[in-house]
Amino acid sequence: MRFVDEFRDSEKARALAAKIAGLCEPGRQYKLMEVCGGHTHTIYKHGLEDYLPEQITLVHGPGCPVCVIPMGRVDDAMALAAEPDVIMTSFGDMMRVPGSNGSFFDAKARGTDIRMVYSPLDSLKIARQNPDKRVVFMAIGFETTAPSTAMTMLRAAAEGLKNFSIFCNHVTIVPAIKAILDSPDLRLDGFIGPGHVSTVIGCRPYEFIAADYGKPVVVAGFEPLDILQSIYLLMLQLSAGRSVVENQYSRVVPWDGNVVALRAIGQTMELRPYFEWRGLGFISHSALKVNADFAAFDAELLFDVPGVRVADPKACQCGEVLKGVLKPWECKVFGTACTPETPIGTCMVSPEGACAAYYNYGRLTRTRVTEASRT
Amino acid sequence: MIEFFPDQPDLARVDVSGVRRVINVGLLSDEPPVPGDWVLIHVGFALSKIDEEEAASALAFLEGIGQAYEDELTALAESRIE
Repeated sequence: MRFVDEFRDSEKARALAAKIAGLCEPGRQYKLMEVCGGHTHTIYKHGLEDYLPEQITLVHGPGCPVCVIPMGRVDDAMALAAEPDVIMTSFGDMMRVPGSNGSFFDAKARGTDIRMVYSPLDSLKIARQNPDKRVVFMAIGFETTAPSTAMTMLRAAAEGLKNFSIFCNHVTIVPAIKAILDSPDLRLDGFIGPGHVSTVIGCRPYEFIAADYGKPVVVAGFEPLDILQSIYLLMLQLSAGRSVVENQYSRVVPWDGNVVALRAIGQTMELRPYFEWRGLGFISHSALKVNADFAAFDAELLFDVPGVRVADPKACQCGEVLKGVLKPWECKVFGTACTPETPIGTCMVSPEGACAAYYNYGRLTRTRVTEASRT
Repeated sequence: MIEFFPDQPDLARVDVSGVRRVINVGLLSDEPPVPGDWVLIHVGFALSKIDEEEAASALAFLEGIGQAYEDELTALAESRIE
């Protein structure tokens, strides 16, 4: 496919890898965080770590929409779904996220009307087709997805739909990055910036990372060469002692983002004072709620949401994985009690989760490397 | 992007690797796409238009790196210091 295949050439990948290796200072270790789960997926799927010198460690960040949803919010959504005449709708990767009483799939098996949709517009259609039901859309995702929810609410308002609402769990990426920068357990050298989030918010919101924290940021595309080129650009900055924000993914990301999308978010949503993130705890101004003008579409006002706080299962170390403190395979239950089929933690649920990506692709390489080093 | 619907300006038909679907292009209303444009689609919405010039310049950079690497390999192969 155009704009895809050209960015997957293994010869060019080797050339970039050689350039990157040439920029490593002897004896120095580099930790680069890829913020976005889509990048984590590409890194494992294409075995990019094998191309990099051992001095560079890629640390997986919190940018997986499903992974950061705390168990309490899943339980709240379940309570909502169990209300009379409700049809709960949700994206596919939300369906397997475990709450304290199972996942959406488990609830569906018990008879709750929960339906998987591709787009919030599908939920809107379900609402039109079922005027005697109350259709709720479980909205999750970063700024990439929030505009779609916003546009859907605007559409619902224009049509005067009365049986459609949003259970809003949209989160914003910058406060999470800041929380990681301020966390004492992790020292990072630079950031592979999120690609799709940046199509909406642009590159400016990351400038504080370069200016105040002195860490370079390169907004990156999702093909293997995009990521390697971004690492090369980060290493160029580090070797020159510079820290600025660069945009490797300029074919898709405009420097100023998508103004129409930001306007749609601003029209329909506002920042919450704080929101709980799985593993990262409560972060100020890190999530969006439906604003007062669109209160008629706010499921949190229309229904009794218990607002429970549920601690993660003791065995689960998603928090450490999301902060990049632990590698997926260092978690006690990785690949044994916790697998993509029966996930305990969210990182094993979504294909963007570091644990699922590593389970599906990386562990094979790792096993091979370990075996090879034994012989 | 394949076709647009004059009565529904927010919608367009697209071809994604052979699958034809109607998507919402309302988020690109500042600079509406035209047939033949490539767009990034997320949950049924076009989020961004793909800039062909920027893609070409990224590829040119990668070609450059590849060439430099090949030149170096050739030079290395030709070098005999012993």
